[in-house]
Amino acid sequence: MNIQGENKTQNRILSLLPLWIVIGIFMIGPLLVMAVVSLMESNVYGGVHFKFSLSGYRQILFDTNLFDEIEFNPAYLIIIARSFMLALAATFLSLLIGFPAAYFISRQSDRVKNILIFLVTIPFWTNLLIRTFAWIIILGKGGVIESSFNFFGLLDEESSLNLMYTNSAILIGLVYSYLPLMVLPIYASMEKMDLRLLEAATDLYSNRIELIRKIILPLSMPGIIGGSILVFVPCLGAFIAPDLLGGGKKLLLGSLIQFQFSYARNWPFGAAMAMFLLALVILVLIFNARLNRKHREYANQK
Amino acid sequence: MKGKLLKILVSISFLFFSTSVFAAGKLNLYNWADYTPEDLIEKFEKETGISVTVDTYDSNETLLAKLQAGGGSTGYDLAVPSQHFVEIMIKEGLIEKVDGIKDMPNYKYVADQFQGPSFDPNQDYSTPWQMGSASWAYRADSYSGNGSSMMEFFKPSDEVCGKVAVFKSPEEVVNMAHLALGSSFCSEDPNEMQAVMDLLIEQKKCVAVYSSEGINERLMSGEVIMHAHWDGYSQVGKWEGVDDLTYAYPKEGVVGWFDSLVMPKGAKNVEEAKAFMNFVMHPENMAMLSNFAAYANAIPESAKYLSDDMKNATNIQVPDGIPVKFGQACNKESQALIDKVWTKLMQ
Repeated sequence: MNIQGENKTQNRILSLLPLWIVIGIFMIGPLLVMAVVSLMESNVYGGVHFKFSLSGYRQILFDTNLFDEIEFNPAYLIIIARSFMLALAATFLSLLIGFPAAYFISRQSDRVKNILIFLVTIPFWTNLLIRTFAWIIILGKGGVIESSFNFFGLLDEESSLNLMYTNSAILIGLVYSYLPLMVLPIYASMEKMDLRLLEAATDLYSNRIELIRKIILPLSMPGIIGGSILVFVPCLGAFIAPDLLGGGKKLLLGSLIQFQFSYARNWPFGAAMAMFLLALVILVLIFNARLNRKHREYANQK
Repeated sequence: MKGKLLKILVSISFLFFSTSVFAAGKLNLYNWADYTPEDLIEKFEKETGISVTVDTYDSNETLLAKLQAGGGSTGYDLAVPSQHFVEIMIKEGLIEKVDGIKDMPNYKYVADQFQGPSFDPNQDYSTPWQMGSASWAYRADSYSGNGSSMMEFFKPSDEVCGKVAVFKSPEEVVNMAHLALGSSFCSEDPNEMQAVMDLLIEQKKCVAVYSSEGINERLMSGEVIMHAHWDGYSQVGKWEGVDDLTYAYPKEGVVGWFDSLVMPKGAKNVEEAKAFMNFVMHPENMAMLSNFAAYANAIPESAKYLSDDMKNATNIQVPDGIPVKFGQACNKESQALIDKVWTKLMQ
């Protein structure tokens, strides 16, 4: 190695330093605090005793019942499974809406395309909490939907459609919140698509379904996977939509963790739960990386 | 190369040393939402030249968690916890001793029975803010009951089933269940807690939503007919147009609370905070608090400054013979039982 080469590596390390410091302070640091807290003993009025304990993690599966006997406790597993199902459903629905939307946008002229993409990102300008509150006005009793039903005589004044405080309301809230995160990556991968492939396929008598299945879908796969991850991960920890639209009747992972830090004052358990959620997310990301690699190998083979 | 590194290090160090600088004449108040009258703050600012910033929280637990996590650097000079949380905060060393509360000029206005309250016997830490109760309220135009029993709320009739809403936090709900069942607050008896749990699970079949926010809006739209509520806040709902909103004073009693001003550890503007404590105890100013949030207070002389609306507020007048039982700070065992009940209820 000559001196210049060494200088180059040195330069690279130094120029990356700010990045490492930012990651260290704003990501690794808080994570470490959380990991440490999860291994402490809880203090009855919040905070922790600096004493090693695994009780936070044990509590995820086992619990003493009201009569102080240790027993297997499925309560938290049920909550975790529920969060998982809800996040999966939200991701699937977003894909169902996002995929055609992204395709439609990608086929427009450049001018229209830019305007449409701009419109997709507009909701991000407003706070998520406020946008979710808006849904209360839309779905609620005497809200936008019900009053238009009233107007057309489909519903009498006294009765209600009971749209609020249901699982569907939670799903609507989640899909609405994270749909743009699905549309944008799919759009990005479709935009790069070579349209001549579509022309060639049509010339060779392939029908529309085959066109989608054999060309559009495989080529936009990276976008679909990326978008699904971007929607799935925040849905897993979401607590605003479940709380406001679902009526807070059933705990989800996010609200369970929040509950531990506020009312239950069991910080170690809350932190352990958060670590568990993190582990879940990492698993999903590993799965995603494998899927991506497979996809790339598949593409290379072709 | 070294120069570059130095620059980077210097800019990083700015990150650490950018502690906020507090100018004199400022006060940071951390209070419940919808609890601080604008005109009161303006009056204080005018009289003292101290500028006030108000932040809000939604529960005692949120405040406690914030103080625990902040470790003396929350930046707040005053907060407004309820009686049992004052006790907890003293025990946990989260609030400052305030010198000379008893010598404050306006302290003399505080009613005798509220001087040196049980949670702060020497008046070392707190001055009174407002007091009230938690129970439930109903729209009398859509409900035929009269709110005379707690069981009307926990075992709703078909008429209101599905149109009942409950607070989102276990504390008051569990206490109300204790009142309904005749057991005592902070019970450590598993059998009693089992009964509480059964009652809550039974009630859940008729519950539309668990929420402590937007209560009056929900009642106004008719989404729910019966809602866990606070006396003063239900009165405000009545003023705002839910004409038939009636606060229930069941024979089993209501859950009482007493909010006080305290000074979080590490408060920077001590003198300003004391000035505010003294200011609030003046009958005229205390009346402004009551006129705004519709709660009772510990300053008898404030009565002559109360608005007519407030004098005729039916929801906050406790009928004779209805017990008001104050919430307590539960110990670890009973807190763990409460958490279990709530998690089971929400699983």
